[in-house]
Amino acid sequence: MTAAPALAVEGLSVEFRTRGGIVRALDNVNFSVDKGETIALVGESGSGKSVTAYAIMGILDPAGRISGGSAVLGGLDLLSASPSQLAEVRGREIAMIFQNPRTALNPIRTVGRQIADVLIRHGNVPRREAPAAAVEMLRSVGITDPSRRAKAYPFEMSGGMCQRVMIAIALAAKPSLLIADEPTTGLDVTTQAVIMDLVNDLAKELGMATIFITHDLALAGQRSSRIVVMHAGHVVENAPTDELFAHPRHPYTAELIAATPDSAASLDELASIPGSLPDLRRTDLPPCRYSERCPRKLDICSQPLPHQTLGADHVVACWNPLPDASAAKPMLSVATESAA
Amino acid sequence: MGAQGKLVLILRRLSQAVPALIGIIIVTFLLTHALPGDPAAYFAGPAATPDTIAEIRHNLGLDRSLPVQFMVYVENLARGDFGQSISTGQSVGHELVTRLPASLELTLLALFISTAIAVPLGILAATRPDSWIDHLCRFIVTAGVSLPTFFTGLALVYVFYYLLGWAPAPLGRLDVFFIPPPQITGFYLIDSLLAGDLETFWASLKQLILPALTLAIFSLAPIARMTRASMLAVLSSDFVRTARASGLSAYTVIITYAFRNAMLPVITTLGMVFSFLLGANVLVEKVFAWPGIGSYAVEALLASDFAPVQSFVLTMAVMYVALNLLIDVLYGVVDPRVRLDA
Repeated sequence: MTAAPALAVEGLSVEFRTRGGIVRALDNVNFSVDKGETIALVGESGSGKSVTAYAIMGILDPAGRISGGSAVLGGLDLLSASPSQLAEVRGREIAMIFQNPRTALNPIRTVGRQIADVLIRHGNVPRREAPAAAVEMLRSVGITDPSRRAKAYPFEMSGGMCQRVMIAIALAAKPSLLIADEPTTGLDVTTQAVIMDLVNDLAKELGMATIFITHDLALAGQRSSRIVVMHAGHVVENAPTDELFAHPRHPYTAELIAATPDSAASLDELASIPGSLPDLRRTDLPPCRYSERCPRKLDICSQPLPHQTLGADHVVACWNPLPDASAAKPMLSVATESAA
Repeated sequence: MGAQGKLVLILRRLSQAVPALIGIIIVTFLLTHALPGDPAAYFAGPAATPDTIAEIRHNLGLDRSLPVQFMVYVENLARGDFGQSISTGQSVGHELVTRLPASLELTLLALFISTAIAVPLGILAATRPDSWIDHLCRFIVTAGVSLPTFFTGLALVYVFYYLLGWAPAPLGRLDVFFIPPPQITGFYLIDSLLAGDLETFWASLKQLILPALTLAIFSLAPIARMTRASMLAVLSSDFVRTARASGLSAYTVIITYAFRNAMLPVITTLGMVFSFLLGANVLVEKVFAWPGIGSYAVEALLASDFAPVQSFVLTMAVMYVALNLLIDVLYGVVDPRVRLDA
């Protein structure tokens, strides 16, 4: 890991102003992606995965404000870049695909033109050749009969097809980093695997780094080499995928693994995580936002959150991490007892 | 769907309007005849004896039974004869041909002015919430709604004619020293240009500008408000987020992606405002002595003059049908999901 990472996020904090008060949606988020690497951001709904992506892309809702941190991509800090610098980078160096592809495409513009818009914007293709280049992009994402499909509107296509178009738009300018925000949500199961394969293959082909956002830990395990676990706007654990599944050190990660169908022998063993995300509008949020749900809470947990580096490449934000070795087992047995 | 298919659908839409028009003919006929007031007595004047009134009633055909009168009316209508106004003695058809373009020209120019101001204003307000332009938009919307047209009209006349002397006297479509251009469309602006008469063009534009502004100020509000609301909704949609994430320029995102999607409700509002202005600009026509159909209909109504009132309502109904068809066609142009036969 001597080469500079494709993207390095450090100390990212985001606040939202709402009527109910300020929501501290992200607090001191750190992670990085190496060139060509696929990492996964994993967490429950509301844990801040998408907000992280929006903050990096500069497409936060107007109510959102980046209150600190940096996100360095190719030497440029995206968070302090001027709008014009950012406009050059967005879509060209860093692209994003979204969940619900049917609503993520312009309903009254043919898909061919939507791809051509990006091609023209980023200057890879002269305006006159853009329509043909758009057809080529459709072909490269595996759409059959692309020249006819280019003239179709999103409502004339299936969800899976729309997501392929979405991918074609994102990859039109051959970015170095792709953020895929729950790209398979809203698609049927058979299509999900096909779309994930497509993203992986294209990423490999283009040598592109990928940040894969999902709430599905098992899917993240299959598709990424490193997993960043988020909870209530904190990164609680960041480890290589194998290491994370074998030796989860944060209690929340262990609970997540226990709650994932793949790892449990039967549905009886499937654990649910007690409690829910804390209300992020509270002014008395504890330093560790998991502490109120945590079975391993100690007095020291009211101290500012540590970021312990365990091993070469394994970071955990916890005062009382699980012991190494077969750490998941006691948690599983606890879950079994409570289920019995 | 080819152009031919579209044409067939448009024709089908038009034929669907026929029952509505028949209904309107019947209802307006019955309503005008149920109105209080005796046209024969009005026509005969205050000094007339009962005998004279009876004679006039007979001459006008008003002593016949209602069904017979209706049949006569429909027969005349089928021949393109709208009847005679008993108060002016003029044929109603002729009056409509000269007065409808006067109202249309005024209304269309007003709508053009207000759209040219309100749509950009709404877009700017939506893209910069809580900025000064958003507050300006809100102020204009409130002011436009709360100022009655006769007041804005009089205020404009007072300032630009009486105080500043920039505008000509509010006395109709053309200054007395000018001769109206030969009638082709009935729109003085277009007819004078067609006749190559720039002087008349300027003269009629000067006459038009104040009443058109009056109506424009009034119609700014609904258009600006709808544009702003519709843009706000579209700007927070998923596909605009995608467009932003793709790094498309602000212009492409706001105009090509957002505004085109926000246009449907704006078009609907434009249609409503247009039909409302056309029927309801009587006050403006009165203030500016504008020879339009609104003031014509009101005068006829006060005089129990049936023929003009019936023709006015019928004309309005036809315009509404045409307008709604136009809006449907525009919908289909803007949004590929809208189908004309739906």
